[in-house]
Amino acid sequence: MMNRLHSIAQVVAGVAFMVAAAFCHGAESLDSIIIDAGYDQQTKIAVVPFRAGPEFGDLEPLSDIIGFDLARSGQFAPTERGNMLSFPAERAEVFFRDWRILGVEYLLVGRVAAEFNGDVSVSYELYDVTNERAMAEERLTAPAAKWRDLGHAIADVVFEAITGVRGAFATRILYVLAQNTGTDYARYRLEMADSDGARARTLLTSDEPIMSPSWSPDAQRAAYVTFETGRPVIALQNVATGERELLPHFPGINGSPIFSPDGRSLAVVLSRDGNPEIYLMNLADYRLRQITRHHGIDTEPSWTPDGRSLIFTSDRGGRPQIYQVELATNFVERLTFEGRYNARARLLPDGVHLVFVHRRDGVDHIAWQDLERNDLRVLTETALDESPSLAPNGTMLIYATQDQGRGILAVVSIDGGVKYRLPSSSGDVREPAWSPFIDGLKSAF
Amino acid sequence: MLKRQIGLLTFFAAAALLAGCQTPEPTPEPSPPTDTRPISTPPPTPEPPPAFNDNMEPYVPGSTTELLPRVFYFELDKAVIDQADLAALELHARVLMDNPRRRVMIEGHCDERGTREYNLALGERRSDAVSSFLKAAGVPASRIETVSYGEERPEDPGHTEAAWSRNRRAVMIYR
Repeated sequence: MMNRLHSIAQVVAGVAFMVAAAFCHGAESLDSIIIDAGYDQQTKIAVVPFRAGPEFGDLEPLSDIIGFDLARSGQFAPTERGNMLSFPAERAEVFFRDWRILGVEYLLVGRVAAEFNGDVSVSYELYDVTNERAMAEERLTAPAAKWRDLGHAIADVVFEAITGVRGAFATRILYVLAQNTGTDYARYRLEMADSDGARARTLLTSDEPIMSPSWSPDAQRAAYVTFETGRPVIALQNVATGERELLPHFPGINGSPIFSPDGRSLAVVLSRDGNPEIYLMNLADYRLRQITRHHGIDTEPSWTPDGRSLIFTSDRGGRPQIYQVELATNFVERLTFEGRYNARARLLPDGVHLVFVHRRDGVDHIAWQDLERNDLRVLTETALDESPSLAPNGTMLIYATQDQGRGILAVVSIDGGVKYRLPSSSGDVREPAWSPFIDGLKSAF
Repeated sequence: MLKRQIGLLTFFAAAALLAGCQTPEPTPEPSPPTDTRPISTPPPTPEPPPAFNDNMEPYVPGSTTELLPRVFYFELDKAVIDQADLAALELHARVLMDNPRRRVMIEGHCDERGTREYNLALGERRSDAVSSFLKAAGVPASRIETVSYGEERPEDPGHTEAAWSRNRRAVMIYR
């Protein structure tokens, strides 16, 4: 009885939440990033403070947002402001020798203005100092609330212009924040933040666990597992409006929701027949198609980039290993053989490289495997590493680990060369999910 | 109530003793209590001992003091019931069959090692192992529910072997 009252109260609270809490910017749940490792040969770039009127004085400087994005990629060494000899805001003020003296290879300058309607406009110019050549210039206009999105958007342009790889700074992360676990006052929050951990907002608060958040391919919705009814149930939630639905659920596990690349169906794990199996749920009519059929545990599905196969974890061989199943034929193939515990894999956008949790000497690390050459490489030295999630450009992955007994998020480049941490002083942070590419200036969140 | 009567009796006895010291005369013997019950009535049959305490924790059948363990522990990555727990589970089955209105919820839990969704499945294996045992012992399936929390609800939030061994468990909750 008590339990039923409890869950009714939660459903009511959930409804109220839909309207109230979608844009609840509470205290930041993630602290400042700590960069642990970068490449030896970093590109020197000067991000000159953008010229702005006093009305922008209270805002985080755009040059800081951009410079820090580039720095945490591990590929750039932004010039300290104190070393700059001049502060140009446009081409006419640039003296390239001021920058060559400092060994600067690229120069970004810009200026900010307020529009009559309250919008902000930013003009920026990127120069190749060696060749004294303009590489990019643009004028962006956005509502003032999009200030940080402007910074990330410019960082993305700079990153792509110099490296040739699409930038992924203007993306978001979802994660679960758990507080007071192991007590009667445990609290779980589903949160969304900028890819640098700033601007955290709470999408859902519950006294019961929240698990396995993932993104829809258009980055409009999150799928996750919630225990708010006392049992694991899959929910879909619009990250901008907070509107959400609990999907049809079955006895036993309803878990591991992950959108197909076309966004029309969800791979899920159900144990409704007494055994965890992978199913596809068509999101138009909620019809199910069973994919795996084995008395072992089959779980943690994710899609190949072409949407034709799923990779998943199974202990059908006695120990958890990673398998692939082709959806057209249900043909199953084992992918990992090294080690006694390999689980929760994700494929890189190239479809050839796999990242997953790999247990070595009893300790869980994040590892990387080339499926064509079958060589396995451990990327992390920390313990209890789990939930690797790839940046949409495939250059970095975010994962959950432990730091001084507390759950935190950390990022490592795919080649292991770059590492940084996003600590939290608010509780245990885990299960990060890196969003697909987002047009941060147009998005509703 | 009874305690209070005993207290009063003690008081009167003490008073009588004191009085005895002061006066050498013997106090009159109290008249024997009058029993109004007919002598032929047989003594009432004893109530069966309660099967549960106020917190719905089950007693060992027939006992009113000894509680049955409700938490059963597992080896890493295993869902096999420890031999040492079989006797207690047998008694749980008896409690359930003696109390046909009681239902039980079995929660399955894991330690934090390994991935979360795999642990959700492993926790289900653990609650299923206990459920299967009770069913085999004769408890109707309709009175057993199971839920897995995976590694999401540790008993001990620490990161030591000791904490982990406390967290790999199945918990029986009576309703």
